[in-house]
Amino acid sequence: MELLSVLLQISDYIGTIGGAFGVAVSVIGAAFGISKIGKAAVDGIARQPEAGSDIRTTMIISAALIEGVALFAIVVSGFIL
Amino acid sequence: MIDKINKILLLLILSLATSFSINATTISPEVVEHGETVAEEELNVKELILGHLADSYEWHIWSSGEKHVAISLPVILYSKNSGWHFFSSSKLNHGKSSYKGFQIASEGKYKDKIVEIDGLGFENRPLDLSLTKNAASLIINSLILILIILGVARVLKRDPLKSHKGFAGLMEMFILMIEDEVVKTTVGKDYKRYSPYLLTVFFFIFINNLLGLIPFFPGGANVTGNIAVTMVLAIATFLMVNLTGSKAYYKEIFWPDVPTWLKVPFPLLPIIEFVGLFTKPFALMIRLFANIMAGHAIVLGLTSIVFVTVDLGPTINSSMTVVSVLFTVFINFVELLVAFIQAYVFTLLSAVFIGLARHDDSEIKKEMVKSKVN
Repeated sequence: MELLSVLLQISDYIGTIGGAFGVAVSVIGAAFGISKIGKAAVDGIARQPEAGSDIRTTMIISAALIEGVALFAIVVSGFIL
Repeated sequence: MIDKINKILLLLILSLATSFSINATTISPEVVEHGETVAEEELNVKELILGHLADSYEWHIWSSGEKHVAISLPVILYSKNSGWHFFSSSKLNHGKSSYKGFQIASEGKYKDKIVEIDGLGFENRPLDLSLTKNAASLIINSLILILIILGVARVLKRDPLKSHKGFAGLMEMFILMIEDEVVKTTVGKDYKRYSPYLLTVFFFIFINNLLGLIPFFPGGANVTGNIAVTMVLAIATFLMVNLTGSKAYYKEIFWPDVPTWLKVPFPLLPIIEFVGLFTKPFALMIRLFANIMAGHAIVLGLTSIVFVTVDLGPTINSSMTVVSVLFTVFINFVELLVAFIQAYVFTLLSAVFIGLARHDDSEIKKEMVKSKVN
């Protein structure tokens, strides 16, 4: 009962709260994805140090692409906010 | 001994850089003679950041107290009622005065853009070809880019076989790195036809990103963080990919090599492939725009932490200033890296799309036949 009355008080700002949540969740997703790439890249370089610079280039490109997707979400949430 | 002295000097310089904050004091409201208080203007951080990211009709250089120094850029308008107009944007006085029926709208659909108030009081927007801050910055940055590249080209042409030193050698290494790693490997055999466009795109985006990070004139305009600029770059890639696509490429889009039911009664896969033609440049546009705009917004936000905490007392203000300066320096380094990476990724993806479009099936079929025979 108290929960409903509290929710009623903040009902004007639910859009802003939703926008903020959107940004936060998309950042979590991006960080998760890029950390997996980083781990795989470090493992690959540890197994085969000669392929080091190829792996590094691939890692940077994949990280930039994933960040691009996360930034789509941020741009759209920015419009909502 | 020398190392120790160097370390101590470095520490001193670093503490000097952050210590300029400590004499910030709170600004109390002044009491004017006849008893009225003049309140200090509230700092609206969101408006400040959005104002710096957006385009404007004048180029603000610095302000000291109440004096503002700004370059008033020319305004070029064509209105259906009154024809061409050329005047300096100082006549519009930051939106406070109107000139010949034109003024900067302060709210509504055309906020912060020039509108014409006609006789009935309606606003309509004339054809606006003004030299705004972003347009002037594009011209300045392009001139800088042309000077750098043509200067380097002249030095390198004089003696093509010698290994050059200095700036020309640096640019030679840089250009060759992009050409060998990005263009040659991804575009394939006729890479020479596309390397002028791809190298131009790379250096254009790189120079504009870098100059957007410099806070004073002639840098400091948010060029690549403007979606119109990145849209034009994406359209250029789109035209480059599709106008020179091979027949196999178009065949793959409109009649792909898949089971017939996906194509015949309702062309599902052709529609998906056709939409894919447009989403790839769209992703290029949004990626560059959002990365650069977000970077500028972060730097501006961290810098305005200093001003937001002014009212909270000198200790909080000075400590937040130290934090803000260190973070801002760190984020500026990250933004330098992002400037290079975004230019590199844009060029790489454009090269990949061009390579995919030039992909020739008949070559692959010849190779497969050869390997089967052997």
